[in-house]
Amino acid sequence: MSNEAILDIHNQQEHLHDAHADHSGHTEHKQHFINKYIFSMDHKIISKQFLITAMFWAVVGGLMSVFFRIQLGFPEDTFVILQKFLGDWAHGGKMDPEIYYGLVTIHGTVLVFFVLTGGLSGTFSNMLIPLQIGARDMASPFLNMLSYWIFAISSVIMFASLFIATGPASGGWTTYPPLSALKEASMGSGLGVDLWLVSMALFIVSSLLGSLNYIVTILNMRTKGMSMNRMPLTVWSFLFTAIVGVLSFPVLVSAVVLLIFDRHAGTSFFLSEIFIAGKALPNVGGSAILYQHLFWFLGHPEVYIIILPTMGIVSEILSVHSRKPIFGYVAMIISMIGITFLSFLVWAHHMFVSGMSPFVGSVFTLLTLLIAIPSSVKVFNWLTTIWRGNIKFTPAMMFAIGFVSVFISGGLTGLHVGNSSLDVHLHDTYFVIAHFHLVMGVAAFFGMFAGVYHWFPKMYGRQMNNTLAYIHFFVSFIGAYVIFWPMHYEGMAGMPRRYYEYTNWESFKQFGEINQVISIAAIIVFFAQLVFLLNFFVSIWKGKKVTTLNPWQATTLEWTTPIKPEHGNWEGDIPEVHRWAYDYKDNGEGGDFIPQTVPLKESEKDSGH
Amino acid sequence: MSGLLLVVLVVLTYIILFQIARSSEIIAQIQGEEAYDKKRNKYLSYSMIALMVVLFVGAYYCHKYLMPLMLPVAASNHGVEYDWLFNVTTILTLIVFFITHVMLFVFAYIYRRKENKIPFHFAHNNKLEIIWTTVPALTLAILIALGLKTWFTMTSDAPKGAMRIEIVGKQFNWITRYPGGDGVLGKRYYTNINEKDNILGLDWEDSKTHDDIVIPNGELHLVKDKPVELIIGSRDVVHDVGLPHFRMKMDAVPGITSRMWFTPTITTEEMKAITGNPDFVYEIACDQMCGKGHYSMRGVVIVETQKEYDAWLRKQKSYYSQRSVATNIENQSTNENPSSSKLSMNLKK
Repeated sequence: MSNEAILDIHNQQEHLHDAHADHSGHTEHKQHFINKYIFSMDHKIISKQFLITAMFWAVVGGLMSVFFRIQLGFPEDTFVILQKFLGDWAHGGKMDPEIYYGLVTIHGTVLVFFVLTGGLSGTFSNMLIPLQIGARDMASPFLNMLSYWIFAISSVIMFASLFIATGPASGGWTTYPPLSALKEASMGSGLGVDLWLVSMALFIVSSLLGSLNYIVTILNMRTKGMSMNRMPLTVWSFLFTAIVGVLSFPVLVSAVVLLIFDRHAGTSFFLSEIFIAGKALPNVGGSAILYQHLFWFLGHPEVYIIILPTMGIVSEILSVHSRKPIFGYVAMIISMIGITFLSFLVWAHHMFVSGMSPFVGSVFTLLTLLIAIPSSVKVFNWLTTIWRGNIKFTPAMMFAIGFVSVFISGGLTGLHVGNSSLDVHLHDTYFVIAHFHLVMGVAAFFGMFAGVYHWFPKMYGRQMNNTLAYIHFFVSFIGAYVIFWPMHYEGMAGMPRRYYEYTNWESFKQFGEINQVISIAAIIVFFAQLVFLLNFFVSIWKGKKVTTLNPWQATTLEWTTPIKPEHGNWEGDIPEVHRWAYDYKDNGEGGDFIPQTVPLKESEKDSGH
Repeated sequence: MSGLLLVVLVVLTYIILFQIARSSEIIAQIQGEEAYDKKRNKYLSYSMIALMVVLFVGAYYCHKYLMPLMLPVAASNHGVEYDWLFNVTTILTLIVFFITHVMLFVFAYIYRRKENKIPFHFAHNNKLEIIWTTVPALTLAILIALGLKTWFTMTSDAPKGAMRIEIVGKQFNWITRYPGGDGVLGKRYYTNINEKDNILGLDWEDSKTHDDIVIPNGELHLVKDKPVELIIGSRDVVHDVGLPHFRMKMDAVPGITSRMWFTPTITTEEMKAITGNPDFVYEIACDQMCGKGHYSMRGVVIVETQKEYDAWLRKQKSYYSQRSVATNIENQSTNENPSSSKLSMNLKK
């Protein structure tokens, strides 16, 4: 079936739906509150549901980092607040090592999966794909709704695991067996890991439903004239993200299922020759390293699932606010294809010191460092995009510039940790913490903030407060560097990650002071994020109203919809597209951009590529 | 009470911030949105330069403050190679960091919005794309080549005549085993383990175990300038033998034997002189999350001269001789898994 035919059918359905709505009048509209805001099938509402759930998780995960940074910065002191939040796990105001590990584990899990995967893709793919390609909704609005609600159930289960007597999973976000497989090995490996595994399995289902929907929507539901090479880079990046997710997440399901079997069915997939709690277990012949392969086959693509959408968002924002086309549109797409492809071939660089064959290690070193090529192409393209531009420093633009900075800083140290012979010393030290927090943690958050500030007018028809946004940016940007820059040095000194305290170590105790500085900065940055939340929620109701359709003077289709679009997005027909998404140039009438909906002039060629 | 005060203080701060933000909107209305926006855009462009300066100066002071706290010179042959490669990579990345950040912030500053400026329409340029594809590719090729050279040296087979010492992790300490007079580590299997007198599960039917020396507190004695191959194992969960001073690391995985070799080049005593720290000690840090005592899973490495090592070794009794005859017989008769010795891994190569 051709794209046009699908579109026609879709339009007819929409018209029927509209006609029906006209007849049914106002009373029924009220009855539909649950359908409209809770079990909604409107991609815009679903995206907001994802965003607000992610905000809840970001606060929980961030608060956890505040707690364990308190422990790391001030290992000798006691804090009443810890007892208030953690109860008996922090008796007398000093947390137990077991809850410390629980906090570290859940912090990693929820930020990687729930905030930066569910929250990021869930928000922006849902929001922008239909709006930017010119579709009335997702290919399957029902699956889309299901995707959110399965995510919500998975969230509830993960949150519940924080309140059980034996505490949440505490073996690190990677949950390596045998530690995570044996309840004798750690307190959190009891019910905590079971809930963790069930929650993750549901999360993966949710992610797959979402991703399949995104792919099908992008491939089939583009409006007339919206050929693939006219799509904004945001949509391209969501497409690649979804492809990576569909191909890698199922492998994590297999790891999760096998681990559940090992825990409860007496199998030995990951267990072999273990003597624990005074007795030798019968399990022989399994391999703990097998789990690591399965985990990282998702785990590594996962970081690209996190960073790719923000690359798209940042490309779009840098271009709009510099009033210039994105530089090297085709190169940007090719480099994303490169990253997508390579992301499946580098997982074992997390396992250089696992006892894996050194030859395998050398292959993975080669493939890993290759990823630096598409990444540097993207960085130079972004720099050239702002070069000779006409830059307006909106909050979104500030965060986009911040993104490029932390992406460079964090990305460069990838050359250290990706090189097996350097990883031998740096593996599992604070150097790695600094590397991945900058390149995929802070960078992804900056990309997400940029996106929220940029598309907030489309989401709620209002503007966020700029002053609060700039305060948020400056504290976050400087704070992120104060937190993570010194960690490189701690890692160079071999300071291991996931330690509860360092006071007994002759080699690491000299970092006590700098750990305090880092902790204080982390707490300040956490409170700065609350400024963002305050700004977000107050602006939904009190923000300055948007009065023009296109506040950023952007070319893309989402700005041709009404200020507050209803379900279906466009009131009349879906607009037709005549040019690519980056025609920021003199329009001959004093303007500096030409929307995608404006037909090409006779003398004009479809520009850019 | 102080908690409540703190909460009040935080809430007040947010309210003040919020009021400032609201008033800025009002000021904007008074001054006229456009004029206000223009002024703010100018200040924000200055902030780009300020951020760059803060970043560079901050990085400099961070370096100055933290460098004295770094590890002393590498104490192994591989460590020296590691340090060299690390420095090459770091200098290279710092140059790139510096150049790209100057470009980012200076471009942002220079090309701030000005009225009636038509930005340069510049959508693509194949020559530029080729330059910044090939230059990183070539640089990376060099780094990969250097890295793999070091990698293959590190992971090559241990030289003939290397000492062979076993180190086994358990929650939450290390156990080391030395081969004794015959120079061979006897067989062991996990079902033989008992906490009382066979913590490694040595197979007493294998006579090569009889002279093996087991150190329960994980002290690792090495000889200066003599290559050592560590035979690494774990009793329960995944651990990791981390040797920061030697720049080496290898996981200890239950059911799998991993290996790593290096040559220590500086004795503990010499290192005390080098660092000027009389308490200096080489430490073994567990580098793989292993449970609640992970942070305290510490071992000690003592690098000494051959003479000191021999003197130390002479003082050690074999593990076999330390067990009583009575428990020996009892254990053998109640051994639930008589076939275990067949399954045992032979640690002799």
